[in-house]
Amino acid sequence: MSSAHGPRRPSSAALHWIGVHALGVAAALFFVLPFVFLLLTSLMGDRQALTRDLWPDTWEWDNYTKVWHTPGFLTWWRNTLLYAGLGTLLTVVSSVPVAYALAKFRFRGRRLSLLLVIAMMMLPPQVVVIPMYLFWARQLDLSGTLWPLIVPMAFGDAFSIFLLRQFLLTIPDEYLDAARVDGCGEVRTLLRVVLPMARPGIAAVALFQFFCAWNDYFGPQIYASDNPAAWTLSYGLESFKGAHHTNWNLTMAATVLVMAPVIVLFFFAQKAFVEGVTLTGVKG
Amino acid sequence: MTGSRTLRTKRRRGALRTAAFMSPWLIGFSVFFVYPLLSTLYFSFTRYDGFRQPVPSGLDNWSYVFTDYPLFWPAMRNTLWLVLVMVTCRVVFGLGVGLLITKIKTGAGIFRTLFYLPYLAPPVAATLAFVFLLNPGTGPVNTLLDAVGLPAPGWFTDADWSKPALTALALWGVGDLMVIFMAALLDVPKEQYEAAELDGAGPWARFRHITLPNIAPIVMFAVVTGVIQAMQYYAQPLVAGKVAAGVIGGSGQQFEPGYPDKSTLTLPQLVHNLGFQRFDYGAACVVALVLFALSMAFTALLMRRRGGLIGADG
Repeated sequence: MSSAHGPRRPSSAALHWIGVHALGVAAALFFVLPFVFLLLTSLMGDRQALTRDLWPDTWEWDNYTKVWHTPGFLTWWRNTLLYAGLGTLLTVVSSVPVAYALAKFRFRGRRLSLLLVIAMMMLPPQVVVIPMYLFWARQLDLSGTLWPLIVPMAFGDAFSIFLLRQFLLTIPDEYLDAARVDGCGEVRTLLRVVLPMARPGIAAVALFQFFCAWNDYFGPQIYASDNPAAWTLSYGLESFKGAHHTNWNLTMAATVLVMAPVIVLFFFAQKAFVEGVTLTGVKG
Repeated sequence: MTGSRTLRTKRRRGALRTAAFMSPWLIGFSVFFVYPLLSTLYFSFTRYDGFRQPVPSGLDNWSYVFTDYPLFWPAMRNTLWLVLVMVTCRVVFGLGVGLLITKIKTGAGIFRTLFYLPYLAPPVAATLAFVFLLNPGTGPVNTLLDAVGLPAPGWFTDADWSKPALTALALWGVGDLMVIFMAALLDVPKEQYEAAELDGAGPWARFRHITLPNIAPIVMFAVVTGVIQAMQYYAQPLVAGKVAAGVIGGSGQQFEPGYPDKSTLTLPQLVHNLGFQRFDYGAACVVALVLFALSMAFTALLMRRRGGLIGADG
């Protein structure tokens, strides 16, 4: 503290460095240790997982094969990939033109549309679930499938529209004008000029949407709960604890297998992801 | 004459073009927002079990939810707790971690990644992990607390400790706030700090008089979005309650939410409880509308306080 007045002496700079990095290591332990305990427990034998031991006596890599071959687990994987993959594709295709119009067209009602997009973005799914459930289950008889969750994504997702619009605002109008002067229609301008420039924004939206579907619990609970063949990983994982009540090791192995893809995907697309977070500051 | 006609044609073509580009959302907005919202409003004034036709029943559902439904007020109290404690802790901790990461000189990239990773853990998986970590019998956390002689609480099995346990889970996933605070902190003009240092301001004075005023809009944003998320808090408290109570998950829909002792109940769980466990769609719609009103009120606050969300020309 006393050194704050004069020029800093090297020793105080060194102390500062040590203090900051010690705090950094302490915080890192808080963030990393849960993963470590999770992994260690997932590798314990059945008997040891019931004790207070922190370190495995024997390393039961077999736990992961056991989980993998649990009836249903592969089906949950397939369903999750379908929901997240197809859903993401539909969301991007349907949200890009809307975001483009909101960012670059001038029309009456633009501000109102934007406010409504934000309202929809902040709307918890539970608010409209009763009529939506009756619509999908009673009128279209699609309960027990994931279609009630996938089909709406073909009609634009509010969060994706908002995030893409924020991104498209950063593209200067001159590029669009140049394309129009060259005789491009709006569709071609969008496809040839805007899309290539908007690639980072689209990547961020796609990632958010993929994670959102991967993590969704409420949707599958409402529409798929009575048909295990339509469960997703997030929904099935909970039943895993039920079925393997005393086997923390297997439950933790399953938990690791549900977390892993998301984390691997993050390492491949770190930049796009962080950009998306800072662009809106809203989580998906 | 011809000039104004081409202008009008042009304008009409512009409107058509706009409508075409906007069409996916226009359909989505009508079918998945306006229609169900109006239905929800209508159902809230009817007696409706989803099988027989809805029968108008005036304010019966509303008075039932507010006076007789035993889970409503506990859920509201829990939400208030989450808003006051969990949101505050998350914002303070997120700001702290964001500050820390801007000070770290060596290995900043690695620290940042480690701090951010837990935010990505799928909520159900993260919750399951925390129920294990914090289980009172054999959990590693209580094992460590015992080892250093600290009291080891019951966490998710104790009504007084279940919300603090959920708060720990929420702090673990603070990565989103860390990133936006980090970006905001790096935007604070360096000259202001240098000037203050010349004036002899200590670290706290600099934080108080330079950092905080500069990042105030982001803090506000974090608080309001945090409040909205707290009101919509669903998967974590529900799964924590079910797993800690030993409910067999999956197709069995019959369980009493909020274990232990209603301490993990939140409003969205009530919509599920009333609608999909008790088949009282009318009352479920009342809770849905309460949730809607609260969400929209805070969204409006967010947009008034921070027009920046839409951008200057929005």
